[in-house]
Amino acid sequence: MSKAILYDSTLCIGCKACEQACAERWGLPYNDRIAAEAKISAHKLTAIETHGERFSRRLCMHCAEPACASVCPVGAIQKTSLGPVVYEADKCMGCRYCVQACAFQVPSYEWDQRLPKMRKCDMCYERQARGEPTACAAACPVGATKCGERDALVAEARQRIAEKPRDYYPKIYGLHEAGGTSVLYLSAVPFEQIGLNTSVPQGPLPALTWRVLELVPDVVSTGSVLLGGIWWITNRRAEVAKAEGKRK
Amino acid sequence: MRQRLAKVTVWRAIFAAILLSGAYATYLRIFYGLGGATNLSDRFPWGLWIAFDILCGVGLAAGGFTLVAVVHIFNIERYKPILRPAILTAFLGYMLVVVALLYDLGRPDRLWHPLVMWNPHSVMFEVAWCVMLYTTVLFLEFIPVVLEKFGWNRPLNWIHNISVPLMIAGVLLSTLHQSSLGSLYLIVPEKMYPLWYSPTLPAMFFLSAIGVGLAMTIFESWHSSRAFGRALELPLLASMGRVLAVLMSAYLWLRFLDIARRGVLPLLARNRPETWLFLLEIALLAVPTALLFQRSVRMRPGALYACAVMVVFGFIANRLNVGVTAMEAASGTSYVPKWSEIAVTLSIVAAGFAIFRVIAEYFPIFEKVSLEAGAAQAPEPERARVAAA
Repeated sequence: MSKAILYDSTLCIGCKACEQACAERWGLPYNDRIAAEAKISAHKLTAIETHGERFSRRLCMHCAEPACASVCPVGAIQKTSLGPVVYEADKCMGCRYCVQACAFQVPSYEWDQRLPKMRKCDMCYERQARGEPTACAAACPVGATKCGERDALVAEARQRIAEKPRDYYPKIYGLHEAGGTSVLYLSAVPFEQIGLNTSVPQGPLPALTWRVLELVPDVVSTGSVLLGGIWWITNRRAEVAKAEGKRK
Repeated sequence: MRQRLAKVTVWRAIFAAILLSGAYATYLRIFYGLGGATNLSDRFPWGLWIAFDILCGVGLAAGGFTLVAVVHIFNIERYKPILRPAILTAFLGYMLVVVALLYDLGRPDRLWHPLVMWNPHSVMFEVAWCVMLYTTVLFLEFIPVVLEKFGWNRPLNWIHNISVPLMIAGVLLSTLHQSSLGSLYLIVPEKMYPLWYSPTLPAMFFLSAIGVGLAMTIFESWHSSRAFGRALELPLLASMGRVLAVLMSAYLWLRFLDIARRGVLPLLARNRPETWLFLLEIALLAVPTALLFQRSVRMRPGALYACAVMVVFGFIANRLNVGVTAMEAASGTSYVPKWSEIAVTLSIVAAGFAIFRVIAEYFPIFEKVSLEAGAAQAPEPERARVAAA
């Protein structure tokens, strides 16, 4: 039971209603100049990209096992059981490891603020908790962005591909990327042609660092016995040498 | 004599200029944020302050734990004369790393957050705790110097009683976070240039930190012998040079194996900046390693010193490559540090050298035997020369 978003690039008409709804929901300014910006940033948490005659939409992918949440030293980022990956600005100390670690280059930092925060889409956590769709899904006039249960959306995506195989590239982006994400993409062309990063590892990223971190207790316990033992032996040796030297 | 004085003034002027530019950069950082003081962006969130001030800073201070292990745990007493300067370097190094963190963190006022907000899955959380605890250990390892000077024996005895567990803790904490600085990058396999991304990053960071710790010890012994008119502990440093040669050849061999096994050797045939910077890094480490195997090099103070300096620069090249070079290609942007980033970094290095000198002058850091009367007026060109490098 986890919420997700399905974005169907073949349906998207590039009207940017999702951008405007997102800005309103966050209380961020939105005007023609900001609408013209084609990338996400600290003041624009979702963006419509144009690739030739096709559109694509960028937003937080809400990974099942997010790298950002695993690297955050103060636990300011959490994957909720509801699905969204949420951020508590009051905890954040601004190390920007989340920005560094995200395979999708999503978290944005308020570089020009004196007391900055990280910013990213939180999949309208409080709306979803009330059972309402995300602001972007509610605003989309053509159903290109759809909100629902992840399992149901995956099934629907498969059905769309099966029904119109000529209109779709036969894969779902987000099914396995970075271990699976809560934002899923459908496209008419291979995903790299609509600007998605297809070199993202297929397994969960946090495992890469946990593999090393889980050794810490072993290193500490083995290390202290080993170093303590070495000290005991060498120190004893020095004492004996000293005592024997005196006797002679 | 006049010539010498004039030289001193030039270095003092450079030192002052560095600190002045650092002060202006600090103003920019405070009032205009990271965006005003750095060239960092969402595409390139970690720059010079992480790659140099943190990765290099912590590594260059590794002489402290290496020598503590050698002298107090392995009980190789003859290295004792160079233990205190190594501990002082390490303590100052870690203090300066904390200062650098205050610049780099978006919210330096929340530096203490990892104390109460935990995430054991984060490498950064582990590094934060290790650095915090190890800085405390270094303080306790260093403070006897001050206590001795003022003859405060009770706290001295108290520290002496816990010294063995303290030192073991120090070595373990260092092992953990020196390697963890490499683990920080394990989570970005698709962002890092394959010459540097490797599952062995933590082990490589640990090994090279020990190497550069030894090199830094040779480096600072050489400088202090000049600055304070002491005799150089040449036989000691020469044998340390031999250990360094063995360690670095093991390190370089492992690097080669790692790169060969991952099948990325053909990347070296590409004419890209990454290739050249990689070769520079390897050359700076391989050349002194080869030289140090020769006794004639180890026994000549100048040559030994030059080798140590090369290892230090090779180490710095490695950390800068991991932190900056390796991340450029996939970031979709090109990061070059802003002048204010460089100014802050240079100021921190310069301040480190100056503080080291002041402490070494007033506290019993070096063995007393060879201190000469006129040494106090010795010039500080070394300090500034390195700071400017």
